[in-house]
Amino acid sequence: MFQTIKLLKRAPLPPLFGLVVILAYLLVALSAPIISPFGESEIVGSEYEPWGNQFLLGTDALGRDMASRLIYGARNSVGIAIVTTTLTFLLGAIIGLLAGALGGWVDQILSRIIDILMSIPPLIFALLILAILGTSITTLILTIAVLYCTRVYRIARAVAANIVVMDYCEVAKLRGEGIWWIILHEILPNSTAPLVVEFGLRFCFVFLFISSLSFLGLGIQPPAADWGSMVRENASLITFGDITPILPAGAIALLAVAINLVIDWISAVRSTKNRIA
Amino acid sequence: MSRMKRHWRLLLRRRNFKVNPIIIVILQRLGLGLLTMFVVSLLIFFAVELLPGDIAQEILGQAATEETVAAFRQKLGLDKPPILRYTYWLRAALKGDLGESLASGRQVSQLISGRVANTFFLAGISAILAVPLSLFLGIITALYRDSLFDRFINVIMLTAISSPQFFIAYILIVYLAVKAGLFPSLSNIDPSMSLGEKIYYSFLPALTLTMAVVAYMMRMTRVAIIDILDSSYIEMAYLKGIKRYRVIIKHAFVNALAPIINVVALNLAYLVVGVVISEVIFGFPGLGQLLIDSVSKRDITVVQAACLIFAATYILLNLIADILSIITNPRLLYPR
Repeated sequence: MFQTIKLLKRAPLPPLFGLVVILAYLLVALSAPIISPFGESEIVGSEYEPWGNQFLLGTDALGRDMASRLIYGARNSVGIAIVTTTLTFLLGAIIGLLAGALGGWVDQILSRIIDILMSIPPLIFALLILAILGTSITTLILTIAVLYCTRVYRIARAVAANIVVMDYCEVAKLRGEGIWWIILHEILPNSTAPLVVEFGLRFCFVFLFISSLSFLGLGIQPPAADWGSMVRENASLITFGDITPILPAGAIALLAVAINLVIDWISAVRSTKNRIA
Repeated sequence: MSRMKRHWRLLLRRRNFKVNPIIIVILQRLGLGLLTMFVVSLLIFFAVELLPGDIAQEILGQAATEETVAAFRQKLGLDKPPILRYTYWLRAALKGDLGESLASGRQVSQLISGRVANTFFLAGISAILAVPLSLFLGIITALYRDSLFDRFINVIMLTAISSPQFFIAYILIVYLAVKAGLFPSLSNIDPSMSLGEKIYYSFLPALTLTMAVVAYMMRMTRVAIIDILDSSYIEMAYLKGIKRYRVIIKHAFVNALAPIINVVALNLAYLVVGVVISEVIFGFPGLGQLLIDSVSKRDITVVQAACLIFAATYILLNLIADILSIITNPRLLYPR
């Protein structure tokens, strides 16, 4: 804890900016019902009202308040992305650590399956699954978890394979500890840093991926306020030179930039640490 | 794998063949590519089996009578065993017959033929814009690492990587199409247009794709070049007193070629798949737009065909990237 604070004090401006933005998003998501002037899918005015005192950012195609939907969007879009990333990560990390720690034919079989999954473009495969099973949030989350766990798997496996040959793991094996004990007590504590970086990276990919699917009308379904779908619903305003529909897209980009800034900094700190050690 | 390789090498040596190991590696990659294609075609075909219950019932809805469902099942060939259906499907697909659209009843190959050409046209324009630009930026930022210019470009590229494609697309529409009136925001090209007109109408979607792909390509190029510039033989060359431009051309460039070619091919694969969103935004009549339409209509045969084409292109470009990076690797080219 103390070390973290010391590191934060010496952090340059970009990652600090990133952290502030991430915190702000979380705060907005948590306090959405308090700070938003209107309800999530409440129709409060006529269609496409301009920016003003009553409706801060105007209203959308159905007469719902844009600002309120933007605030609620932080809940839906970011929330679903977090759930999906967590699932992706658990799936990839568990089978990756297992493959790395066990080695042998388990590793071979799992790695070949992952190789095949990686050779398919995720968007194309996701579209195929959505066409067959229909669009629903559960299908979406599960499909993405399977398609995106490949990268997590590779990193977890590589890290585990490096750690499992260390002397302290040998000792644990000789003591008669089981494979899960070794993964939980020896491998996991020694591989948190690369896994945290990977989590951040995966989150960005998953977040952008879900937004794109929502934008195409195949992701998060109405009337839930979601940034990707909001752009699509109000896209006709853009042909009049109105930038309101771009705001949700900007919100997506800003969060992704913030996370990338923090990740870049963590990786940089890690690599300098390794160089000194 | 390595035992296999040794076995082959011994076999070839015994017969007094002198086969360059590079050929063996390439043949292995080709075989792996073919195997991947086969598995992917299996996945695309059998994904339909994922559906709990019956696809015919699912598509026709609960209101459909038993006879219509049975007729529909027969039309899809669902009354035959899956393995048989797969072999029929694959054989027909290889001949160019992709079945009938469930929604319109038209031949799928007829629906997509013009669109495939359009999609490759769009991806082609984007590649022509993106490749030189990203190589130039990647090389410059690597040579002038940590300069103000490098940092500026890096911040811009980080933003581009973090932005969803529709964000970039709509910003381009607002500023270049609506406010400046330079380009049309709707790219509904048709075969009667001349090449110049087609390029003019496809410019904004191509630019969107370029922005999305340049960021990755430039970053990967930069890393590849920095990797080489940091290696000990470059340091050695400098220590020998060779001039900077000679070091870059004679020592760095030759070794940078392999990773750069690899980066380009990889990103072209990404680009071909990335067209989907750009096509939808700009109403470009390509394969991606058809794919999205068919997904919402749940027109499975069209979706399968489009997925097969996209996946095949993606795998093929990745394979080319692999093989080119083997061929351009000096260590494999001149075995000791």
